[in-house]
Amino acid sequence: MVESKHQWKAWLYLAPAIILLLVFTVWPIINTVAMAFQNGYNALAAKRGASFDIGIQNFIDVLGYGSFLKNLLNTMLLCVATVPLSTMLALLIAVALNSIKPMQKFLQTIFFLPYVTNSIAIGMVFAAMFNIIGLRGGGSMADTWGIVNNFLMLLGFEPINWINQGSDYWANIVVMVVYIVWNALPFKILILLGGLQSINKQYYDAARVDGTARRRVLTRITVPLLSPMLAYVIITGFIGGFKEYSSIVGIFGETMGPPAAAGRLNTMVGFIYDSLATSSQGKASAAALILFGIILVVTMINLQVSKKRVHY
Amino acid sequence: MKVVLQNLTKIFPSRDKKAGGEVVAVNDFTFEIPDGKLIGLLGPSGCGKSTTLYMISGLQKPTSGKIFFGEDDVTTLATESRGIGLVFQNYALYPHMTVKQNILFPLENLKGKDKLTKTEMQERALEVAKLVQIDELMDRKPSELSGGQQQRVAIARALVKMPRVLLLDEPLSNLDARLRLQTREEIRRIQKETGITTIFVTHDQEEAMSISDMIVVMKLGVLQQIGKPQDVYDDPVNLFVAKFLGTPPINVLEGRIANGKICVGDAAIGEAAGVEDQDIYIGIRPEGFELDANGALECKLSNVEVMGRDVSIVSTHEASLNPVIRSIIDADNKIDLSAETVRFNIKPHKLFVFNKETEKRIYW
Repeated sequence: MVESKHQWKAWLYLAPAIILLLVFTVWPIINTVAMAFQNGYNALAAKRGASFDIGIQNFIDVLGYGSFLKNLLNTMLLCVATVPLSTMLALLIAVALNSIKPMQKFLQTIFFLPYVTNSIAIGMVFAAMFNIIGLRGGGSMADTWGIVNNFLMLLGFEPINWINQGSDYWANIVVMVVYIVWNALPFKILILLGGLQSINKQYYDAARVDGTARRRVLTRITVPLLSPMLAYVIITGFIGGFKEYSSIVGIFGETMGPPAAAGRLNTMVGFIYDSLATSSQGKASAAALILFGIILVVTMINLQVSKKRVHY
Repeated sequence: MKVVLQNLTKIFPSRDKKAGGEVVAVNDFTFEIPDGKLIGLLGPSGCGKSTTLYMISGLQKPTSGKIFFGEDDVTTLATESRGIGLVFQNYALYPHMTVKQNILFPLENLKGKDKLTKTEMQERALEVAKLVQIDELMDRKPSELSGGQQQRVAIARALVKMPRVLLLDEPLSNLDARLRLQTREEIRRIQKETGITTIFVTHDQEEAMSISDMIVVMKLGVLQQIGKPQDVYDDPVNLFVAKFLGTPPINVLEGRIANGKICVGDAAIGEAAGVEDQDIYIGIRPEGFELDANGALECKLSNVEVMGRDVSIVSTHEASLNPVIRSIIDADNKIDLSAETVRFNIKPHKLFVFNKETEKRIYW
C-alpha cells in the first residue's frame, strides 16, 4: 500500500509539532492530574524526596477555602455579565459595519485595533480613565480625575470612586465589565463580520420582496443564518471568561483589587497562580482541574443549547 | 395586471474603474405585457433579461424610463409595495425555516389592514401549498427537498401574498432535464389557475417557446422582437432571432439576390421579386427542405439520422455558415444513402433573407 509505505514520512513531518505538544501540553496535563491527587503535594518537598498520599485532600482543601468560592463567584459574575453583552454589541456593530459602504475597511481596522494591543497596556489606560486622584469632592486635585468622572460631572452627575481606595465592589465590577467587553469586541466582530459576508445576499433580496421589517430581518434571517458563528463566539467567550485574569491585573495590578481590598476581584486563574506562588502545586492543580470541569460543563450546556438553535 | 415598460434603461458603471466607461445592460425598452399572460424574457447571457426582471421587481432601480403596473406608475415604488412575487434562480429559501415557515414568512410581514389572523395565514399557506402540490412536505427543511420541490416551495412563497405580478428568474435552470419538462408544465398550469401575469427569464428558447403566451427576445440589452412564440419563430425580424429560436437551429447560407432571385452560388433557390440585388444571408429552417431529384440546392450528403417519425439529413454546402446543413424531412421519403449528393427544393415560407450588413430581414 502506498499509504503505509510513506507513513514514516508523515510522522517525520508531524514530529516537530507532536514533540512540542507532548512536552509542553500533554505532559503538563498528565502531571497536573498526578499532582492534584497527591494530598498536599509540594514541588520543593517532592524534590527533597518527600512522598505524598494519594487522595482527594487537595480538592477538599480548595473547595473549603472561602477565597476559592469568592474567586469562583467573581469569575462567573464576569462571565455572565460580559459574554452576552459583548456578543450582542459585536453583533450590532458587525451588522452596522456590514451595511455601510464608505470607509468600511478603515472602520474595520479601527474596530480590530484593540485585538492587537497589549491587554495590560489597555488596562492601564482604562485605569487612568476611571481613576480618581485625591479625595472625593475636594481639593485642587479634583481636576486630575479620570475622563469618565470628568464626563459624568459635565453631565451634572456626582463623580464615582470607580477603582481607588474605598471604592465599592460593584463599581469595580462595572469597570471590569466595560473593560472586558471592550477588549472582547474585536475578535467577535471579526468572526461575525466574516459570517455576515458569507450569507447569500439573495436571502435579503427575498426578504425585501416579502416586505420584511428591518428588525425582523435581523432576528428572523440574519441571526439564524449567523448562528454557527454566534455559537462559536459565545462558547469561546465563556472559555475566555473563565480564564479571566490579566484584565484584572491590567486595571488593579497584582493586588487584584483596590488598595485595602486586595484580592477582592481575584479570579479562578488568579487563585491558581496564588497557589503556585505559595508552592502549593497540589492545590493549584486541583483548582485547575475544577476549572477545567466547570468549563467542560458550561461548554457542553452551550453545545446542547446551540443544537436546538444553530441551524444546519 | 398588465405591465408596461416605457423607455426602460439600466446603465451599470464599468467594474474596472480605471478603464471607465459603462455597461448598458438594458437599452431603451418599451413594451407592454398584457394582463394574465405568461411571458418569457429570452436571450443569451448578458442580454439584460434578468436586469429587466429585477427592475420590474424593484430590487434594481432603472437609470431612466418608467414601469407601470396597470395604470399605476411603480417606477419609484419600493419592492415590497409593488405587490410582486419573485422566485429567485437558486430559490433563496430560508434554510433555517421549514417549508411552512418559509411560506408563512411573507404573510407574517403584512401590516395594518392587510394583517391576517393566524388561522387565515394557515389557510392561505395550505391553499397555496396544495396549488403547487407540496402540502405533504410542510414540515421539512429546504435541505431535505429535491430541486424540483424547492422550486415549488419558492413559487408557493411568491404566490402566497397573492401578488399582482409573478416574476421568475431562470426558474428551470437548476433542474435536471426530466424535471425541467415537468416543472415547466407545472408553471404553465399554476399560471393558468391563478391567472396572475407572470414574467420569467430564460436563456433556453425551447423552454420559452413551449409555455409562453408571448416571448420577448433580447440581445446585448436591446429588444429584438416580441410576439407569440410561433409568430416569432415563423417570422423573425433579424438573423439573431432566427438563429436563436428553433432546435435544431436554422441553417444559414451566404448568398445574394440577383434579378429578383435568391441565389446560393449559381443555384436560384427562391424568388424575391422586386428586391434590389445585394449580398445576403439566407436562413432555412430544418423543416423547410423538400427532397427533389431536380431540386435547386445541391448539397454533399454526409449522414442520415433516423428519428422514427422524421429523418434528419446531414449534408454540407460550401456557402453554409454552420458546419453542416441539417434538414428534417418525413420518414416516408426514400433516401439513397450511397449517393454523393442530395438535392432539395426550399419551402418559401421557411426561407428568410437577411441583409448581409445589417442582418435585418428583407421582406418583399
